[in-house]
Amino acid sequence: MLPAAFAELELFARRWCLATETERYAERMRSSMADMHAFYDAFFPRLEEAIEYCDTYPLADLPQEATNLLRLVYSLVMVSMSVEIFAQTKAVNAADAVLVRTREPQP
Amino acid sequence: MARWPKPPEGTWTEHHPALGTGPISFADSYAPEFYELEREAVFKRAWLNVGRVEDVPRDGSYFTKELDVAKTSVVVVRDGDGQIRAFHNICRHRGNKLVWQDFPKEETRGTCRQFSCKYHGWRYGLDGTLVHVQQESEFFDLDKSGLGLVPVHCDLWNGFIFVNLDAEPRQSLREFLGPMVTGLDDYPFGKMTERYDYVADNNSNWKIFADAFQEYYHVPGLHPQQVPPAVRNPEAGFECAHFQIDGPHRLVSTGGARRWTLPAEHMYPIEQATRSGMVGPWHTPADGGLPAGANPGGIEPFGISNFQIFPNVEILVYEGWYIWYRYWPTSPNTHRFDATLGFYPAGSVRERIEHEVAAVMFKEFALQDAGMLGGTQTALESGVLDRFPLNDQEILVRHLHATVADWVEGYRRDVGGMTS
Repeated sequence: MLPAAFAELELFARRWCLATETERYAERMRSSMADMHAFYDAFFPRLEEAIEYCDTYPLADLPQEATNLLRLVYSLVMVSMSVEIFAQTKAVNAADAVLVRTREPQP
Repeated sequence: MARWPKPPEGTWTEHHPALGTGPISFADSYAPEFYELEREAVFKRAWLNVGRVEDVPRDGSYFTKELDVAKTSVVVVRDGDGQIRAFHNICRHRGNKLVWQDFPKEETRGTCRQFSCKYHGWRYGLDGTLVHVQQESEFFDLDKSGLGLVPVHCDLWNGFIFVNLDAEPRQSLREFLGPMVTGLDDYPFGKMTERYDYVADNNSNWKIFADAFQEYYHVPGLHPQQVPPAVRNPEAGFECAHFQIDGPHRLVSTGGARRWTLPAEHMYPIEQATRSGMVGPWHTPADGGLPAGANPGGIEPFGISNFQIFPNVEILVYEGWYIWYRYWPTSPNTHRFDATLGFYPAGSVRERIEHEVAAVMFKEFALQDAGMLGGTQTALESGVLDRFPLNDQEILVRHLHATVADWVEGYRRDVGGMTS
């Protein structure tokens, strides 16, 4: 699914190449911290490289593999909230709160 | 602390003597009788911001807005001449709700050439005119010209669409907004068309949530994670740089060193890697400059200004992007929360990622605010306490509740005058 240069991340692609924030947030909520750490630890060191790779294309005309990589970047951003900031799946003291994203740009 | 100068009276609150400095009641945020008054006194009198021009991009574009607090629904549409109009969402024939998609209670949007009633097929033009009645000859003395959709007063300010449910609005929109809010006349909202919209049904009175977004006193307590642990100070407070009140509207500005100008340990790794985060993208678009009215306190370095437009709108302006909240009452102890982030359209993948990071972090901390609400609401409703102290950093909380009380009092006077 991903560009060849990022082949070692393929094992995360099926789970985390998700087109919408709603899907990415839902995946985060049902993931264990161990799973998210595994994804984060594997991908974060290559994040800037991934952004640079995608940025070689116009945003409106991304090849499918670059779109998938970009979606993986969005998921890393999502997972970083749990891994870097809260050390738990959901924001601390967010209780039963929900906030549903109903409009966003694509990709 | 006192890093920022206060007015000559010594405090922001005493600069506005009518507000007083004593404890306040929050009974206005759960008493059903008060909610009934608020419907009439506030939401059927004030100008209400139901959308933006980007929501109706071309002729025939429309959206519906449920206004439970006013027991109505409105349709906002751009007609064939490009004019934006609003109507009550009700068919003149048998009172059916005119525009809805899957469920009558759900808001909808789309584009059409006419509105067609699902019940008996009556059709209305985009300007509200009744254009088609099924089996018209079966009716008695039917005058179609008098049976157009019921219009709602509708006006625009800097691309924000407002409606007013009063028979005759007491003020024009511009008079209502006043000089402080219209100081944002030149803020380029219309260019920040890359939008991230959110919605939530929250379990508190609308004012209780608005209160959380009009003071920063709670930030160190509720949102300690905004500061990375290495530099987090448990004793830290928060002092806003400027408060301002203009009629029913309120403003608070923050200032201080921008996050990304601080040493690296003041940012999370994801912020450093993407050059965006808590306070948005690190770079400002070329024409992202702020009009003077966005920073009326002249704060330097400027952080953000929160404009609270009475009754239920808040616009937070940064240099180069904005956040826009609306708190729609649905009952004495629930409300629907609409939130939007607007950016200049991303010109590259990198910019799109910057926006995504800002949007994701925004949601995390808004969830902390929203997570508290149920607890606050039920504790207030216990009635154990009815007097709560507010400090000078919470002046805008004091002002919102005082303003609602003023409008309710004005309504009572008017109604009393009519019946006596």
